[in-house]
Amino acid sequence: MNVLVYLIPISIFLGGLGLAGFFWSIRSRQYDDPDGDAQRILTGEYDDHPKP
Amino acid sequence: MSEVQISACPACVAAPAAEETAHARDVRDARFVLSLPAIYCAACISGVERELTKQPGVRAARVNLTLKRAQVEADEDVSVDALIGALTKAGYEAYELDASAISATETDKKGRAILTRIAVSGFAVMNVMLLSIAVWSGASDVTRDMFHWVSAAIALPAIAYAAQPFFGSAWTALKAKRLNMDVPISLAILLAGGMSLFETIESGQHAYFDAALSLTFFLLAGRYLDYRTRSVARSAAEELAALEVPRVTLVDGTVISIKDLAKGALVRVVPGARVPVDGIVVEGASELDRSLLTGESLPVETGVDSIVSAGEVNLTGPLIVKVTAAGEDSSLHRMADLVAMAETSRNKYTSLADRAARIYAPTVHLLSLAAFIGWMVATGDLRHSINVAVAVLIITCPCALGLAVPAVTTAASGRLFRAGMLIKSATAIERLAEVDTVVFDKTGTLTEGKPELANLRDIPPHARSVAMALAAGSAHPLSGALFEATKAADIAPAPVIEIREVPGQGVEGRLGDQTVRLGRATWLNAMALSQTATYLKIGEEAPIAFTFIDHLREGAADAVAALKRQGMDVVLLSGDAPAAVADIAHRIGIEAWDAECLPEAKALRVAELTRSGRKVLMVGDGLNDTAALAAAHVSISPASALEATRVVSDMVLLGKSLAPIGEATRVSVSATRRIKENFNIATLYNLVAIPVALAGYATPLAAALAMSASSITVSLNALRLRGKS
Repeated sequence: MNVLVYLIPISIFLGGLGLAGFFWSIRSRQYDDPDGDAQRILTGEYDDHPKP
Repeated sequence: MSEVQISACPACVAAPAAEETAHARDVRDARFVLSLPAIYCAACISGVERELTKQPGVRAARVNLTLKRAQVEADEDVSVDALIGALTKAGYEAYELDASAISATETDKKGRAILTRIAVSGFAVMNVMLLSIAVWSGASDVTRDMFHWVSAAIALPAIAYAAQPFFGSAWTALKAKRLNMDVPISLAILLAGGMSLFETIESGQHAYFDAALSLTFFLLAGRYLDYRTRSVARSAAEELAALEVPRVTLVDGTVISIKDLAKGALVRVVPGARVPVDGIVVEGASELDRSLLTGESLPVETGVDSIVSAGEVNLTGPLIVKVTAAGEDSSLHRMADLVAMAETSRNKYTSLADRAARIYAPTVHLLSLAAFIGWMVATGDLRHSINVAVAVLIITCPCALGLAVPAVTTAASGRLFRAGMLIKSATAIERLAEVDTVVFDKTGTLTEGKPELANLRDIPPHARSVAMALAAGSAHPLSGALFEATKAADIAPAPVIEIREVPGQGVEGRLGDQTVRLGRATWLNAMALSQTATYLKIGEEAPIAFTFIDHLREGAADAVAALKRQGMDVVLLSGDAPAAVADIAHRIGIEAWDAECLPEAKALRVAELTRSGRKVLMVGDGLNDTAALAAAHVSISPASALEATRVVSDMVLLGKSLAPIGEATRVSVSATRRIKENFNIATLYNLVAIPVALAGYATPLAAALAMSASSITVSLNALRLRGKS
């Protein structure tokens, strides 16, 4: 059962990583326009670099 | 985001500073918010953004499709009109929104705070559940104790943070010596956490950390649904208000905000514009449409020294008005304040959820107390008795009850929003379901307040073409309607020359050597009819009357028919003249009608109906309806209504059509049925779970199963509302 000593902290750490990611996505306003985001993937105009 | 203090990453610690600098930069920029009601697709988004960024001086433009808005950051010298013009030319309908009336960031903050709490409790519940499953499947002794300790380490801080909204609300209720749903919720969460910690310290068998957390998680999800529904409605309502940018034009042509307007200032009101202030006319003559204030469809003559009030619409000539009261002091606003006071009387309505909480909370607390006393008497074992009592509290905890109402109202409001109806009040759907009598206003509600020529066939042909020629030279709504009707009948205008508008009277021109005039009865020495009419005089011939009827609003007949099919009594109350009201009532199929109602009479009539046990739905748009709207059980107003009127209403129709009203009553009835079903489902679960808990057989596993199963059933039941239409 010694393996638990590693596994539990690892699983909590990974979960924490997901939580941190979610916080980041809330802070960067990614849930402000769900309809728009669903449509934006269909445009041919790519904005994969910052606007000049 | 002052409420979220967890810095999940080093970058987030630096974020506030970055936000501050960004804000400092914004101050120098002009920021516009545009409303784009017609956009719906990916091409619209990129089209609008491309068009906006192409304009000189525009730095950035971002479309929000969910809110149907665009935010533009531009240099200070960019004018909104240029942007709107460019968008209109490109085929996108656009309006300016008053940025100060939209508090989007404020509401977003609250939504994000709830989301963060959901995330924290979700994270915690997943990890703790993982450990709990190991315990349930047989971990024992030291391993079990260690798992319990790890669970405690995750669960206790998570509960302390995520469940704060419940603790706060429960504390406020207790301070006011009331019981709400949050009291048993908070008690269950706190006791479950506390007892589990005690059991862990004593290396006991059962810990309820997972139950406490999943309870928090599910209930927060319900909170969030509730919040979303209301914030969508709120932002749409804000948008309606923000569309009326409060500006006035002074005599010298400068445009200023109504807030900066001083008493005694001279304000110009062009034809077609709404009078922005209370005042006295000092120059000009015109006709005023007062239908929003009084319900009369006939325009009122006005001239020097006439008193005008905010909310009236200037029809023919330009007016210069000396301000006697503006903004907050205007009669329009005073009326709105009165209404706000009347509205509190309706807040006495107790929602289904509150009624359920009133029965539920004491029952559960008594049951749990009884369990404790019973086991204490039977065994004398304090620890076991407390365990059973807490298990009863946890297992009966209103997880499903907490979701029962928000899940349904979210589904129902979403469906009605798509049909073009905005639900402003949280309990409006429940109240609408009880309605058995519908009272309509006429002008502006059943009718568009737009005249339609009624007697073209009775007019001699040569008069038709002369009238058409004269009507083309005027902006008056009656002229417009006359011109439209003659054009539709393929009449060619007579060669009338020297057409000029006589402000407040009508239009005059010359046909050959005869003077021809189209206008008011008094101007032409004609006998005035009792209905809306304009008169034509050719030379010295007898005047000819053109009569008008009100154009019915789209979907009005459908809505009335649908309501009647649902077995409701439909009543028409109007401030207009009897002939006009009778005509509309007949055309639309309403038997019960009343004309020349003063605002108080309307409210009185509604109150009378209420006293005789009726639940009244009032549909109206004018200021003269506001008292009646506030007195009714539930109220609806069209988007074209004055802001004061929309504020009192529980629901606002977003489109032009009245047809969604029929749908709304139907949906609200089935929504209320779903809510009651959900309560029944929750009760059913409790009927099974409570005896088990009372007998002392409840385990954390049983609690988790009961809670999840009931929550999911309730949510699925609510989703049934969305499907078929």
